[in-house]
Amino acid sequence: MEGVMITKIADNIISPLGCTSEENFKAVLSGETELKKHEGTFGLPEPFCASLFNRDDINKQLDYELRSVGNLTFFEKLCVLSAKRAIEECNLSPRETNVIFILSTTKGNVEFLEHNLSDQRCYLAESAIKIAKYFGNNNSPLVVSNACISGVCAQITAIRELLSGKYRYAVVIGGDVLSKFIVSGFQSFKALSPEQCKPYDKDRIGLNLGEAVGTMIFKAGKPSNEGYWRYVACSIHNDANHISGPSRTGEGSFRVLSDILKNIGIDEIGFVNVHGTSTAYNDEMESIALHRANLDNVPINGLKGYYGHTLGAAGIIETILSMKAIENGVILPTKGFGTIGTSYNVNISNQVRKTDKSAFVKILSGFGGSNAGISYQKGGKA
Amino acid sequence: MITLAHIRITPSETWLNGKVVSNSNINGIYREFIGDYPKFFKMDSLCKLGFIAAELILKGQTPELKENASIILFNRNGSLITDRNYQMTIADDHFFPSPALFVYTLANIVTGEIAIRHKIYGESSFYVLPHQDDEMINDVVNKAYLTSNPSFILTGWVDYDDDDNYVADIKLVTK
Repeated sequence: MEGVMITKIADNIISPLGCTSEENFKAVLSGETELKKHEGTFGLPEPFCASLFNRDDINKQLDYELRSVGNLTFFEKLCVLSAKRAIEECNLSPRETNVIFILSTTKGNVEFLEHNLSDQRCYLAESAIKIAKYFGNNNSPLVVSNACISGVCAQITAIRELLSGKYRYAVVIGGDVLSKFIVSGFQSFKALSPEQCKPYDKDRIGLNLGEAVGTMIFKAGKPSNEGYWRYVACSIHNDANHISGPSRTGEGSFRVLSDILKNIGIDEIGFVNVHGTSTAYNDEMESIALHRANLDNVPINGLKGYYGHTLGAAGIIETILSMKAIENGVILPTKGFGTIGTSYNVNISNQVRKTDKSAFVKILSGFGGSNAGISYQKGGKA
Repeated sequence: MITLAHIRITPSETWLNGKVVSNSNINGIYREFIGDYPKFFKMDSLCKLGFIAAELILKGQTPELKENASIILFNRNGSLITDRNYQMTIADDHFFPSPALFVYTLANIVTGEIAIRHKIYGESSFYVLPHQDDEMINDVVNKAYLTSNPSFILTGWVDYDDDDNYVADIKLVTK
């Protein structure tokens, strides 16, 4: 079964920059961001810089586009809207038994703990069940909760389900909404930058958080269309070093890259889309891992300067935007980057660059010492 | 899949490969069998539970095999036990958010704690399910072999409701 071809057949991004993948790609290409300073938001005593949905606008849109949402929460409605748009794009029948739903989230509805410490909506599996049920799907959904790498791990989980032959289609949804809980935690960690983040820059001082949801739908079997995206390789490794700090040798990330490069040549890769949170340690660690994997000269880019760190959505939306970039023959600029500030002089730029390559690698790292990566290649004729 | 070892820990009994080996709680088991890892006391309850289960079940495994092992764990509560504790540090009238607690508000930290102690560099993954479903767990773990080649997999259920209700039901499996 390992020879089965897995392709991506539809996708969607809903973020403060737009409600389709195309809108988001265009916004990023023209350098837009909604990262700005928020004071008093979520009842937090200290201001913070983040990319947040305008609650009034997005709620109007959710009410307009979704019917019979019943008791869905804001987070769940966003996931449903994103999945609905992707499902409509590929005319999938989501209630079929050969479809599985996979949810990538770090904290789901955690905001409800504020009023009730035993609120049932905080159980992540309950959200996944409600989302799958909205589409009439009765298979047990899976929730991947692997901190910041969840979005790539959810894709890997989908690929395994399809390779095994158990399911034919996988709907992978990744999302998180911000709250007092999440923002105060990152503030207490002194991980946040008070201004727009500067990935890989010498003056980087921390990350920004952001809100987004994204959906990718995968299919097992030969693609029916031209210009499909084919899964190539994936890997997950732990640093075995520290629960909240990345490895000083980039061990896990290096092992991820090494695994992937066994399946695709460096000369086929247009770029590596990095995690690039803009914390001192993450970006330094990644530069070491890239260097160890002989990727110093391959272009890299990071998208946190447009969205901030979108937690459970990050791996999904950054993969989708990387696909769009290759389709348009470009490497998206790393917004916020100016002068290299990592030990190794990796190939990063704040300008739009051209590429004629057909593949890319997406990597992520996160709390718990976890690292993940995945590679896709654009196929020719079906 | 072949099961190499099995451990089950509840508040009243700890079973290792079919035999009761202790009737102590989590801290008691740490003192009885481990005792040399002060970082244990910094961990939250979910991590302590997963940590002692891994400690007992991995006894006798070589560093070479452990390096390329995978850790794939499942539960229902995620990190809710610590989410609630953290929430209490950010009340409007008592706002002192604790970074030491916040880092444990992610369920997959338990996989990291085990990886650090045993120098396990393979996959570490965490899934949340509506309830303990061994068939689904076996299914997901079996499929991990489709894209990875671990020496063995430490897998199973590790769920912490409260101090009177917790269970670790963990196996070492190989292809």
